[in-house]
Amino acid sequence: MGKTFQEINEKIRTGEVVVATAEEIIDIVKEEGIKEAARKVDVVTTATFGPMCSSGAFVNFGHSDPPIRMNKVWLNDVPAYGGIAAVDAYIGATELSESRGLEYGGAHVIEDLVAGKKVRLRAKSYGTDCYPRLDVDTFITLEDLNQAYLFNPRNVYQNYSAATNTSDQIIDTYMGTLLPRCGNVTYSTSGELSPLLNDPEFRTIGIGTRIFLAGTQGYIAWEGTQFVRNKVEIEDGVTMYSGGTLAVIGDLKDMNTRYLRAASFARYGTTMFVGIGIPIPVLDEEMMEYLAVTNRDIYTGVVDYSVPKRSKPTLRRVNYEELRSGSIELEGKKIPTAPLSSLNRAREIANVLKESIERGEFFLQEPVQMMPTKREFKPLKDVGVE
Amino acid sequence: MKKLKVILYFPPDKTDRPFSYYLVKDYDLVFNILQAEVQPGKRGRLTVELEGTEENIERALEFARQNGVEYRPFNKNIVRNQGECMDCGACIAICPSGALYMDPIDWKLYFDESKCLVCELCLRACPVKAIDVNMFV
Repeated sequence: MGKTFQEINEKIRTGEVVVATAEEIIDIVKEEGIKEAARKVDVVTTATFGPMCSSGAFVNFGHSDPPIRMNKVWLNDVPAYGGIAAVDAYIGATELSESRGLEYGGAHVIEDLVAGKKVRLRAKSYGTDCYPRLDVDTFITLEDLNQAYLFNPRNVYQNYSAATNTSDQIIDTYMGTLLPRCGNVTYSTSGELSPLLNDPEFRTIGIGTRIFLAGTQGYIAWEGTQFVRNKVEIEDGVTMYSGGTLAVIGDLKDMNTRYLRAASFARYGTTMFVGIGIPIPVLDEEMMEYLAVTNRDIYTGVVDYSVPKRSKPTLRRVNYEELRSGSIELEGKKIPTAPLSSLNRAREIANVLKESIERGEFFLQEPVQMMPTKREFKPLKDVGVE
Repeated sequence: MKKLKVILYFPPDKTDRPFSYYLVKDYDLVFNILQAEVQPGKRGRLTVELEGTEENIERALEFARQNGVEYRPFNKNIVRNQGECMDCGACIAICPSGALYMDPIDWKLYFDESKCLVCELCLRACPVKAIDVNMFV
């Protein structure tokens, strides 16, 4: 017995579709078994709402008169990349304001635009025969822009290491403030609700998959940067997956700041919390086996962020049930744990997506191309210039 | 009964006296130390919550003043802007007293002000600046 994307979409059209969130499906499978759950449930919704640095937006400002070929662009004093066509730019989430430093960055510009606020646009040019104007200084709003779309090269990390700090000093990282002598452990995934841990082999998630992106319908555009497929058997029947990432795209004009938030981590800089929900079709029982995964069977490493090297030592392996319990054992001590991604908001997204599928407003899109099976995670060959 | 949060400032030569013992014994106060910075030979600072009858609290503070211990009301508190908060959890990672905590059922962030030491570490940890310190007189 199997189901196709087309059959499930037909059920969405007729209103017969049965949808559960990736947390709800765990109880359904416990009560009714894999086989019955796979028969009954058509779609499982997954979600995440966490900090994702590799985020940004392409914008087109429209032409002034006389026109300008903007080669240097600032939005609220945050440099945007103007090295593309005359009035196109890319504003990256982690780019910092030249006047406000770590407090305000590209992520804040994007959130301000989505919130409908006026944003100051400054641009400079060297002037050409066809684009004679040399500078522009004005205000824009999201509504004024011809196009504005979020294009995030790397989001939705399949799994991510938890962080701690064995040094004697407090350190500030993108994994939050880490207290000395393993004073805390932070982690950042939604675990059993997380998209790529529910389809770890990428059977249904690929290029072209329609997703919930920050309040609207977006798409998976490509594999995410640094995409790899790591799969380690750690004990009987338990596999540790990591390394999968997604590049996503969606219309900024339809997004909502509830699901797209600028953030600033102390002494690190800015980043963006991005709300993403991915519906996974229950094609067969094998798919349901993956979807029934629980925090007990999802593992990650606890990594020492005080080592300022590419390869940081892993102190131990831990599952998400233990991380979620509020403390873990580390070298004989009980260490408090804290999440950095919001499980509460991820649940909200999984439910919003579930309801829009049930209402017949969100249809599944079968991937037009599957994710690569082999990719290497290569370091920079820093050979110098001599 | 009355509760009062105060900051007590000890001159360098007074930090070696069992001051809190007298407050408990002679004035029948329940004495909760919220934050302490006491080192021999240096000016000490003790943030405490006192609980007792109004009269005993007043007499105890008068006793403190006569012994060279200055005090002022604890005039700061931490305010959480619930509308801005994303319930991420970055602040609970560094909260030393457990005043900021997550409910393990709904995974929302809660703030128990009575446990707050006003150490202000959460101001630095909050990625969306949803936490502020409020001064009052």
